[in-house]
Amino acid sequence: MSGYGNASLRILLMLALVGIWEALVRLLEIPIYYVPAPSAIFGALYTGIARFIYIQNAWVTLQETLLGFIMGTALAFLLGTAIALSRRFEYYIAPYVVMFQALPKVALAPLVLVWFGVGLPSKVVLAALIAFFPLMVNTIVGLRSADEDRVNLMRSLDASPAQIFWMLRLPSALPFIMAGLEVAMIFALIGAIVAEYVGATAGLGVLINTLNFGGDVAGIFSILLVLSLMGLLLNQVIVTIRRRLLFWDASQKSVAENTQRGGTL
Amino acid sequence: MASPKIAAASAAHVSSGPAVIEVRDLRKVYGTRHGEVEALQDIEFAVAEGEFIAIVGPSGCGKSTLLKILAGLLPATSGEARLRGTPITGPRRDIGMVFQSPVLFPWRTVLDNVLLPADVQRLGRERMRETALDLLRLVGLQGFERRYPWELSGGMQQRVAIVRALIHDPAMLLMDEPFGALDAMTREQMNLELQRIWLERRKTVVFITHSIPEAVFLADRVLVMTPRPGRIAEDIGVAIARPRSLDAMATPEFGAYAHRIRAHFNATGGLDA
Repeated sequence: MSGYGNASLRILLMLALVGIWEALVRLLEIPIYYVPAPSAIFGALYTGIARFIYIQNAWVTLQETLLGFIMGTALAFLLGTAIALSRRFEYYIAPYVVMFQALPKVALAPLVLVWFGVGLPSKVVLAALIAFFPLMVNTIVGLRSADEDRVNLMRSLDASPAQIFWMLRLPSALPFIMAGLEVAMIFALIGAIVAEYVGATAGLGVLINTLNFGGDVAGIFSILLVLSLMGLLLNQVIVTIRRRLLFWDASQKSVAENTQRGGTL
Repeated sequence: MASPKIAAASAAHVSSGPAVIEVRDLRKVYGTRHGEVEALQDIEFAVAEGEFIAIVGPSGCGKSTLLKILAGLLPATSGEARLRGTPITGPRRDIGMVFQSPVLFPWRTVLDNVLLPADVQRLGRERMRETALDLLRLVGLQGFERRYPWELSGGMQQRVAIVRALIHDPAMLLMDEPFGALDAMTREQMNLELQRIWLERRKTVVFITHSIPEAVFLADRVLVMTPRPGRIAEDIGVAIARPRSLDAMATPEFGAYAHRIRAHFNATGGLDA
């Protein structure tokens, strides 16, 4: 796969680690309510999937995440664009943005629940709130990143501000925007789960709470596995779109290098 | 420093045709935190139709500022510049510009980059396509239309930039040290290439450089600028027959021109040989 090593060796190493884990749990007789063996986790995963409980709840969480992502990033793009294009708008709105950005958005979960109820809307709103900042910050930075010579070229051709935006600023901002979307997607999932923890009737967060109450640690582990797979899948969707859209972007920087994180969780 | 007698004589000797560009009493002052800085002072010259003008001067003499004013990207503090009789007050559609870096858009193919002025000025893509392909052929880039800029060498990218500046048939071509970022060998090749294009198209060109040989090799007239505040110290007509070969650079005639220009900078320094 890559020049760094051997793919089959990588898988073998993974299997070996799982094997060691299994052996240690059995040899040291670690109680199942403390650290479950991989076999117990996969057992719980199997029953959960077979009884459709996981699929049902995963679907709820996925919906919350995607709706929150779409709402949050759409708003972030619009506001970010307005701020990037108008210094005056930025001047007046900056205090609120800075204050809100510094706030750990998950702390709003109880309030959001009071305002939007225990159903889907409260999860979507919290997911949107958390997904909002990484994209807004990246949209601003991206739209302002257009190379000065390129702007001068467009101006020398007598391009209108709208033409400069669509033909130059927006394409220049795309690498930043895609990196922001990558972070926003994972942040939206975090928002949905936290909102479910605080109060909900369905979703993987609810399931974790329920299993926790019953002391089913193997079950919790199996849901963590599902969540991590879901996160991976959502991330892969964005990464695929980014590769298509940014074929020209030589840097193709990873999220870590390219993104200014939109605040604390 | 300047020898007004020679300057006037050589200017009169060359600019015979109708003036495309007329610059009069041009002055540019920048306001900074430490007060005002005079970038350009008493700039006055005219360029005839189809003439190739090179402006040489040390870094910071305001030659890029002058070009930006001609392009309508910067306002002059006083005085005026006219293009085909109308004052340049802002960006206009009859100017082609080439920068030091190619300034291509990486998300556009070579052909789409060349057609950028057509897109911006709504000249009709289909109509301009033929012109674009002709010009690309002229600079030896046939077959590269669908490539992306990053697949091309630096010299090829700059040729794309030149084609882009010519596509909308501008009244003048402004070139801001277009080969300054290229290695010496590529630079010489590009000088030959530009001469060939110019001989074929006869555009009016204002070419900024800080290379004296490049200026003498390419230009009909060389305007020598002084360090800040930038003034035109001398206006020298280059009477070397075209097409000029690279070997012409080794002739005593060429050397005399280069020597005469360099003399302006021996006192002040700061210019490439």
